Amino acid sequence: MTEASATRRQILAAAGGAAAVILVRPAQAQRFTSGAMNLAIRKVVGEANVTPGKIKLDIPPLSENGNSVAMAITVDSPMTAKDYVKAIHVFTEKNPQPNVISVMLGPRAGRASIATRIRLADTQTVTAIAELSDGTFWSDTADVIITLGACLEDTP
Amino acid sequence: MARALINVPAKAKRGEIIAIKTLISHHMESGFRVGPMGVMIPRDIIETFVCTYNGEEIFRASLYQAIAANPFITFNTVAIASGTLEFKWTGDNGFSATESVNIIVE
Repeated sequence: MTEASATRRQILAAAGGAAAVILVRPAQAQRFTSGAMNLAIRKVVGEANVTPGKIKLDIPPLSENGNSVAMAITVDSPMTAKDYVKAIHVFTEKNPQPNVISVMLGPRAGRASIATRIRLADTQTVTAIAELSDGTFWSDTADVIITLGACLEDTP
Repeated sequence: MARALINVPAKAKRGEIIAIKTLISHHMESGFRVGPMGVMIPRDIIETFVCTYNGEEIFRASLYQAIAANPFITFNTVAIASGTLEFKWTGDNGFSATESVNIIVE
């Protein structure tokens, strides 16, 4: 009798373990998490601190099609020879590749503002980072809801 | 040769900040899509875009797969002298395209 209940306990334990494995699996199957984005950001920024502010990421909060999402970035900077924006980098959280665009600017730009169209694979957070001439980094993030993702869909 | 559209004001005042809009026809194949017969479509994108003003580089962009097809990029520059703005796109499979626009600065 005790032996029988032990086996039942074992079976239940094993079943529980299997259920846990099934629950955990989808999380592991997702190859690209925000870890990939953080890694890409660290590659650009190094050990420096990234402070929120100064940069404004303008992107619609909801897009029907992730294949082309309009994005505009403006950095609050006088753009003089001594104080200017050196670079702007954009990263995504869930795209298969975290980098979106990196632009190099200088005092000749006059105004630190760019616009382009990007692809988003999924509903996610987009991060823009500005590198100023004094070596500081500033960031802004935006949440975007995507109804139809890009990259993985077979669209013409 | 890929078709490119560039919008730069023909005339500008000295010291004025002008907006430059560029668009080039390119499919920007990401390399993450599966084509017919389940074969991955190889990556084919524009990697760099550079703009020079009278020979001096004023803008450079590194593009990745997350840039939509037919890359559209707008940026600004200060009109300092009359001359030529040259635009160059380079990418995978030896892709290269150049365009130039003249500007008169008064």
